[in-house]
Amino acid sequence: MTKCSCGSKTEKPKTDLTKLDSLLAEYKCLPGSLITVLQKTQDIYGYLPKDSIYAISDALTVKVAKIMGVVTFYAQFRLHPVGKHLIMLCQGTACHVNGSENVAAALEDELKIKDGETTADNLFTMENVACLGCCSMAPVMMIRTGKSSEVFGPLTPKSARQIIKNIYKAEGGVQS
Amino acid sequence: MIITVGMGSCGIAAGAQKTFDAITTLIEKENLDVTLKPVGCIGECFNEPVVEVIDDENNKHYLYAKIDGEKAEKLLKSHLHQGVPLEEYLVPQEDRAFLAKQTRIALTDCGVINPEDIAEYIEHDGFQALKHCLFDLTPEEVIEEIKISGLRGRGGAGFPTWFKWNAARQSQGDIKYMICNADEGDPGAFMDRSLLESNPHSVLEGMMIGAYAIGAAEGKIYVRAEYPLAIKRLKKAIQEEAENGYLGQHILGTDFSFRLEIKAGAGAFVCGEETALIASLEGERGMPRLKPPFPAERGYHQKPSNINNVETYANVPWILRHGGNAFAAMGTEKSKGTKVFALAGKVKKGGLVEVPMGMTIKEIIFGIGGGIKDDKEIKGVQMGGPSGGCIPKSLLNTAVDYESITKVGAIMGSGGMIVMDETTCMVDMARFFLQFTKDESCGKCVHCRIGTKRMLEILERIVNGEGKDGDIETLKSLGENIIAGSLCGLGQSAPNPVLSTIRHFEEEYRAHIEDHKCPAKKCKPLLTFSIDPEKCTACMACKKKCPVDAISGEKKKPQEIDANICIRCGNCEAVCKFGAVIVE
Ligand SMILES: Cc1cc2nc3c(=O)[nH]c(=O)nc-3n(C[C@H](O)[C@H](O)[C@H](O)COP(=O)(O)O)c2cc1C
Ligand code: FES
Repeated sequence: MTKCSCGSKTEKPKTDLTKLDSLLAEYKCLPGSLITVLQKTQDIYGYLPKDSIYAISDALTVKVAKIMGVVTFYAQFRLHPVGKHLIMLCQGTACHVNGSENVAAALEDELKIKDGETTADNLFTMENVACLGCCSMAPVMMIRTGKSSEVFGPLTPKSARQIIKNIYKAEGGVQS
Repeated sequence: MIITVGMGSCGIAAGAQKTFDAITTLIEKENLDVTLKPVGCIGECFNEPVVEVIDDENNKHYLYAKIDGEKAEKLLKSHLHQGVPLEEYLVPQEDRAFLAKQTRIALTDCGVINPEDIAEYIEHDGFQALKHCLFDLTPEEVIEEIKISGLRGRGGAGFPTWFKWNAARQSQGDIKYMICNADEGDPGAFMDRSLLESNPHSVLEGMMIGAYAIGAAEGKIYVRAEYPLAIKRLKKAIQEEAENGYLGQHILGTDFSFRLEIKAGAGAFVCGEETALIASLEGERGMPRLKPPFPAERGYHQKPSNINNVETYANVPWILRHGGNAFAAMGTEKSKGTKVFALAGKVKKGGLVEVPMGMTIKEIIFGIGGGIKDDKEIKGVQMGGPSGGCIPKSLLNTAVDYESITKVGAIMGSGGMIVMDETTCMVDMARFFLQFTKDESCGKCVHCRIGTKRMLEILERIVNGEGKDGDIETLKSLGENIIAGSLCGLGQSAPNPVLSTIRHFEEEYRAHIEDHKCPAKKCKPLLTFSIDPEKCTACMACKKKCPVDAISGEKKKPQEIDANICIRCGNCEAVCKFGAVIVE
């Protein structure tokens, strides 16, 4: 990871913007499609790289400030890459009533990260979400790895820890 | 023989895909004469994965509960090879009331038909209502029929649907839009998701009928991004309808044309509010604006637009097939028809239930939902999510209709019904919802943006044992001011969870503030842990588990917890096999 140090020239890995070409060409002339374009961009990169925002701004002739306004308004958009496994822990009403806070505490302890953070080895990102629609299995979490996702529930702090341990094992990694 | 597997999100989460694959393999391997099909969700979430074996020759249905891959094999062996239904896997007798006590209008075909096959929808009277409208009725007559039915919006406010349609019809404009609100933001409600996943055509048919009535040629469906399966099935449904002449130019050879587009939301609760939804459709930040002008006059791109909820639309085809009077025959004087509820929380049998308006809450929770998990005592029920309120045990005989629910301090809302037992702390519940609305406030109105934050801070103090005299009064007055000073429904209803819990559970607030006790034993900072010397066997299990070494004592003697060191993590209570740890 390169640290930001204003003024100095840090080598930044450049985003491959050619991936955006066909997308931007398609939506260039469709006013009001900013959210759709951002969603599709995030599908491509997994997050919204800074360069991509400038590219979208140029193509759609929308100011960067306006794009950032939209990006930060909606919970879905991310400005940072996520880990390989995205843990979406439900904090909806049914899950809350059934003890999702204890599960969250266990996961935070197991992974040593908090809501919205990524582990140092880039394996896990934790994200609290509101209702995954499986309320009768509460408390639940969904773990998304690449394009596939799996729902786990009903969880206990113990079973949640075990699920993480199993993934670590499958990854052949050592847990810090 | 036909075998169906319930494949809604909830079914798949419980492993329905594995069940489906296992059955597919078996059928192929043994060359069985069976039609296997995926269907949506029949609402019995507590019994997922659900498999149904239909003996179509004798018209017999056998519903099996909790069938994983292994059980599927046994089931097929018994039921198909030997012709004997496998009793032990059938949905148990006591669970049958769950479906038997419901009246299914919007959910009629959910869990029955394959949502990805338009032919099945057509076989189940699909598009009959649309044909009836296009060939036999004028748009005004359609609106009249909806008026007779008494249908009110199922998205929350319960506004008469015919009135909105009529306003949009009267409004002048070259282009008009028909919009479906599938943003379902209440965290704990999943009716709309299930409807879209299980029977998308019924919602789309309702939209088309509405479009014909108001004179719209374009439709938009705003779906929550967290519902990928619903989006996938909607796309498929739209494609199939276009291929079969139900969408596009000159539908069924008439002058009526209609185009549909899906827009995925991007995660903002406030976008469920209709003016914010329109802003979001236009690619902007989802900020609500002042009404009037109402969307019926100036909506999407300033054109006349009509917005209805998913469930509202799903009722429309039924109404036009059976007549408005048949719908109006159900329910109460002012709330007609049925309502779908997402029953969850501490209830035994959670899932989707559709009942006539006017049924009591008690009947829904105990008659259909089977009562409380682990046979605990019910404390209350939360209705309407972050905009709603808590209804205490003493008022469980309240009927579910718009007016009665509002009278007791909650709202019908979109239909979330979260059951709470004695272990649920009402102050904590209020804090939970305020956290949600504070995070979701769009920030436009000062009262909503800052007021909810201040209320949350007070509630956090209270659950942390730092409540002060006067907090309750401050909460009340802040709440009233936020309601008065907010532009949209989010702010106007954000204080409801707090005000309704103060109204019905004030003594619980007082216990936190004055006695520093949490009666539900939920708020950790207010608990004290100690060991009952009578019960302690000095096994030392708790001592090993204590992360801060707060437990000490002589060997083979009862142990003690030092309250000054204890961080109230609860490990000792969890590990003690003798129930010796006392929590107060
Ligand atoms: C903060 C807020 C959130 C809302 N969320 C939803 C929602 O998720 N789904 C919905 O159908 N209506 C929601 N509504 C209600 C809509 O504004 C609107 O009343 C409804 O979509 C109209 O449809 P109906 O007449 O069919 O109920 C919300 C309202 C507010 C103020
Ligand atoms: S509240 Fe967690 S899945 Fe609905």
